[in-house]
Amino acid sequence: MLAAIFAVWQLLTQPGLLPPFFWDNPDRAAFFFGEPLKIFRVIWEWFAGGAIYQHLWVTLEETALAFGIGAALGLAVGLWLGLSPTASALFDPYIIAANAMPRVVLAPIFMVWFGLGIWSKVALGVTLVFFIVFFNVYQGVKEVSPVVLNNTIMLGANRRQLLRHVYLPSATSWVFSSLHVSVGMAFVGAVVGEYLGSAKGVGYLIQQAEGAFDINTVFAGILVLTAFALVLDFAVGATEKRLLVWRPQQADTEQL
Amino acid sequence: MTAAVEFDRITCTFAGTRGPYTAVKDVSLSIGDGEFVSVVGPTGCGKSTLLNVTAGLLRPTSGTLRVLGEPLSGINRKAGYMFQSEALMPWRSALANVVAGLEFRGVDRAEARRRGEEWLERVGLAGFGDRFPHQMSGGMRKRASLAQMLILDPRILLMDEPFSALDVQTRSLMENELLELWSADRKSVVFITHDLEEAISLSDRVIVLSAGPATHPIGEFAIDLPRPRDVAEIRLTPRFIELHDRIWHAMKEEVLKGYAQTRNRVSA
Repeated sequence: MLAAIFAVWQLLTQPGLLPPFFWDNPDRAAFFFGEPLKIFRVIWEWFAGGAIYQHLWVTLEETALAFGIGAALGLAVGLWLGLSPTASALFDPYIIAANAMPRVVLAPIFMVWFGLGIWSKVALGVTLVFFIVFFNVYQGVKEVSPVVLNNTIMLGANRRQLLRHVYLPSATSWVFSSLHVSVGMAFVGAVVGEYLGSAKGVGYLIQQAEGAFDINTVFAGILVLTAFALVLDFAVGATEKRLLVWRPQQADTEQL
Repeated sequence: MTAAVEFDRITCTFAGTRGPYTAVKDVSLSIGDGEFVSVVGPTGCGKSTLLNVTAGLLRPTSGTLRVLGEPLSGINRKAGYMFQSEALMPWRSALANVVAGLEFRGVDRAEARRRGEEWLERVGLAGFGDRFPHQMSGGMRKRASLAQMLILDPRILLMDEPFSALDVQTRSLMENELLELWSADRKSVVFITHDLEEAISLSDRVIVLSAGPATHPIGEFAIDLPRPRDVAEIRLTPRFIELHDRIWHAMKEEVLKGYAQTRNRVSA
């Protein structure tokens, strides 16, 4: 099906292949939509020539940092607010307000604070990841089964052991279910940050190409990003499966 | 001999949505050392409340609870508790669940593992240590919970309708297994159930509670059936039927009262 999409795309945009039925100028379609063959050529040149690798690395580094820091903060604050009713009462409204704010517009402010290097992009990614992880951890802590909790108390667990052996696993399972979205958000933060001002990264390449109206390169960038997002997603899925092996699957027939 | 558990005019009042609700009032009971006592009563009569007070999960509004002679403050460390619904940690394997209590007490890992395997075998789960709760049947999960509780060798066992969620056959099997494990070292047991047959076939004494609110005991019956017992077979003996008859008569009125109350509450 993918091949069919590209084939039709090429057909419609290659100048001279089809009689112009929309615009008078046969080159227009190629100008607006790019041609798959040219797009693939750009991608090929990027990878064969090695120009892409340093940019790809930068984007991946920003994604990883944004995800790691955002998740750690989300976990810590989520646990804190989930376990402490007073802290929760105090801070809940502010967190909800902060979440409601369109945080992508903070990107220029982050540029001013952190410069044009990777940290402004990481900061943007963190603001996106933090809230997802926070709300999930918060929910996970609140939804710990009281029976499991009481049972563990009766088995002699003190507060620290309860945190480590009941609350944390319960919260983590909620985090993992939102992992796909979190990684995606980290990626978005990195690329959008680059797009709005940077000197490196795949987002930067796209932005440069857009400045020159080079649609082929823009699409090439988008396709590369999409491919890597899929790879990341796959990696997350594999990790999730391994760590959540104790979760009942939908079609579980392994009962005795 | 000091009683294992002694209730001295225990009263529990909760702040309900429609005003204060007294679950149990002036309950004075005593569970002897090594005695298997069942507490029966109509639905909603505060049986679980009494058990939670004994466990230390709930503080009574007034009255004293003495455990092995000492007044109880905080969690009852001498008691093991078996819940009605799923209490195993779903993120841990069966073996990891069974050794959890030992882990919390700082027992060395290899030693804990060894004892865990031993207990898994005793409850008939040998070889299933690596399974997660969702991969086990209801009966298997109950066995794991039993092992998890008994591995800590508590003096007192508190059981809140532990087998009511199982099918009839599994329930009989589990009841027999419980008796077997119990007779090995005669712990004191407080067993809550609304199944009178289960109560009589398992216990040395059956206590009947009145219908709520302000529940209190309305009868105590000594069960003089010989041990060892087979839970399924003992139900057909004449003495059993006699006891069942007597206790049911005491209970019947309370059960009907209990239902009348819930009907009134629904139509109100």
